[in-house]
Amino acid sequence: MDTLASLADGFAVALTWQNIALALMGCFLGTIMGALPGLGPSNGVAILIPLAFTLGLGATPSLILLTSVYYGAMYGGRISSILLNIPGDEPAMMTCLDGHPMARQGRAGEALALSGVASFVGAFFATWGLVFLAPQLVKVALLFGPAEYFALFALAFMTLGGVSSTNQAKSAFAAALGLGLAMVGVDTQTGVPRFTFGEVHLYDGIDFLVAIVGLFALSEVFIFLEHRGTDKDASTAPRLDIGRITPSLAMLKKCTPTMMRTTVLGFIAGVLPGAGASLGSFISYSMEKKLVDKDNTFGTGDPRGVAAPEAGNNAAAGGALVPMLALGVPGSGTTAVLLAVLLSLNITPGPLLFTQNPDVVWGLIAALFIGNIMLLAMNIPMVGLFVRVLMVPPRILMPVVAMVSFVGIYGISGSSFDLMVMIAFGVAGWVLRKLDVPLVPVILGTLLGNAMEVNMRRAVTIADGDYSVLIGSWLTLGLWAVAIIGFVLPIFVGGVVKARMRGAAEREASITD
Amino acid sequence: MTITFRRGLIAAALLGTAPAALMAQGFTPENPECIAPANPGGGWDFTCRQAGKTMQDLDLIPSTMQVVNLAGGGGGVAFAEVVNKRADDNDLIVAASSATATRLAQNAYPGNSMDQVRWLGALGADYGVIAVAADSEVQDLPALMEMIKEDPTSVSIGGGSAVGGWDHLKVLIAAQEAGVEDVRKVKYIAFDGGGEAVTQLLGGSLQAFTGDLSESTGFVDSGDIRVLAVLAPERLEGEFSDIPTAKEQGIDAVGANWRGFYGPGEMSDEAYDYWVSAIEQLYDSEEWKAVMEQNGLAPLDLQGDEFESFVSESVSSITDLSKEIGIIQ
Repeated sequence: MDTLASLADGFAVALTWQNIALALMGCFLGTIMGALPGLGPSNGVAILIPLAFTLGLGATPSLILLTSVYYGAMYGGRISSILLNIPGDEPAMMTCLDGHPMARQGRAGEALALSGVASFVGAFFATWGLVFLAPQLVKVALLFGPAEYFALFALAFMTLGGVSSTNQAKSAFAAALGLGLAMVGVDTQTGVPRFTFGEVHLYDGIDFLVAIVGLFALSEVFIFLEHRGTDKDASTAPRLDIGRITPSLAMLKKCTPTMMRTTVLGFIAGVLPGAGASLGSFISYSMEKKLVDKDNTFGTGDPRGVAAPEAGNNAAAGGALVPMLALGVPGSGTTAVLLAVLLSLNITPGPLLFTQNPDVVWGLIAALFIGNIMLLAMNIPMVGLFVRVLMVPPRILMPVVAMVSFVGIYGISGSSFDLMVMIAFGVAGWVLRKLDVPLVPVILGTLLGNAMEVNMRRAVTIADGDYSVLIGSWLTLGLWAVAIIGFVLPIFVGGVVKARMRGAAEREASITD
Repeated sequence: MTITFRRGLIAAALLGTAPAALMAQGFTPENPECIAPANPGGGWDFTCRQAGKTMQDLDLIPSTMQVVNLAGGGGGVAFAEVVNKRADDNDLIVAASSATATRLAQNAYPGNSMDQVRWLGALGADYGVIAVAADSEVQDLPALMEMIKEDPTSVSIGGGSAVGGWDHLKVLIAAQEAGVEDVRKVKYIAFDGGGEAVTQLLGGSLQAFTGDLSESTGFVDSGDIRVLAVLAPERLEGEFSDIPTAKEQGIDAVGANWRGFYGPGEMSDEAYDYWVSAIEQLYDSEEWKAVMEQNGLAPLDLQGDEFESFVSESVSSITDLSKEIGIIQ
């Protein structure tokens, strides 16, 4: 087994005291950056680049530090999702749906520990996938032309139904709103600005981090302000008991099939350069809901609803390294940053990387394994510490949330315009919550809408305006079939479930978002 | 806890003693800062980080270069910020490239023009390439242009910039020189970065790729793509010397994506001289030559006034081309 021998060499490279210390530091900093709303993996990595340069680190140690931050941030994003209902980064959004309800039922410790385990499973198997499948997987990425990407994104939207609301019309409205927001900015296919009102800040479109922090974090603050001093602040005040801080074996067992399935899904989404971790965690959640949610418990604090997106998004993080290393094409924002680092370290990613710089590649992969185990070891004991956040009274917690939101967003873009946009989103989020419109589809529309539109137009342009290209290959037909089944099936099966839903509706409506 | 603040902290913590400035001049920046007008990971970000690091290694600047990512509007947000709010900041330089000139030429920075800032110097140029997949039947640039002339719809060309952007313009320059009558008919498909476009070229969705040489080196080395022509005035040196130029194939097209810096418009003359000389020393150093070689950057040795007139010429020629193809009126 050449691969295993190379991997052993990789471990020899990675297992030096310096590299282990760097991995530990990266994991720790990454977890914290992931947990802070606004600061996500890509900013986390970018912030530490100067550190790597100033320390004069070589190629392998730099990459170990930065990828540990990357994996760490993917782990950390879930913490604020579960505890505060504020996603720490985009892919952690889906974890809010069941993670926060669990926390409100006094099971925050379990949710955190379980999601830690799920993150580990996703990242661990994805790293193995990277080891054995990277060269073959590149061929999968090449199968996806614009038409296939469009079908994939359409699939994501068609399975949206019921993800986060009992009222499908409101879900659809929210998704449409998100799609509309995705239109803002210069249209790359014509070079014409749309809905920018001559405002240069809007030319690049709306940064979805700004949208997420506004919609989730600031609107939480507004809701708190509205209810301050009254009994109603129960909606923001979490329960005080932490619950057990380790998941029971029964729960782990129940979640194992979920984690396995979503690891595969997330990994594939990560491998596709145009898809990424957000799509990975989203498809993982919605597919899993369709598959196993027989009693309609998803969205009300179902542990499987926590395990699915976490395994999915961490697997996607590993998957995204495949096209970056093997093709030099970043599959996500963070891998784009890592790619730039590789280039400035005199390493050209691409088809020849595995043969030209084997020590770097295998050292990096070994470091991923080490970092992943460190993260698990670090995260499980820290659960007890994290959940103490819940004991902070809202009157102290909420100003801190507001402060972190503002500082985080300003830190990324250095633009006060973005702060205004964030406030606008905060107000919009508050209004939408009042109207009981789910927020997740809004973000999904913003996040995926642009890629969906652009790929459809690329496909049609290449085919000279012939729309049949969108169903022109077996792969597109397969994706459309899954999409249509995912869309239509719940409508027919829905009748059976409706009765049960009605019972759950009241409870659910008060909890989701 | 902004990024800059953290960077400052990290820098301060690690560099308890700043190296003494070796520049025997009236001006030395206290807190040298480089604005990368895009998110981390792109070309401008690279320009700031790599140049900043090398300048520090060479002791051309007294402390670590703080890199601030000020993304938005394809560089327009940073341009407006420098013009409106930081016009007299002597410690500041901003990364720029052909994309900056293209947007200035197409009035894509509303209300801003190139004479509102001071152009400091270039760091090198990344020449354009037109490539096809290795298994393509097309063997040279004239053959590709013939195909476009016969049936423009039969060739989809992908690139990493938006329609009207530099990757698009490069292929139009070549088409124009090759005698394609209506260059507006050339089918250009915009992708998010050259890498994505190359992937689609390999996947068979596209027939040709237009981009920078540096974006394609990995695929050239592996033999996955074949570069039909480099849009340089003469053959490049080193490992790229066997790539034919467009010119030697009878198509007199040159397209370079230059990289460089501008500074605020009301920067003092001492500061201007300081930065021009720092960039000049950086450019002349062995370290920078190594960086250029690694990244496929070809020589472009222009500083100060020379650089300013170079940018001005490229803005006006892009303006003409953009008018011709109808991107601006």
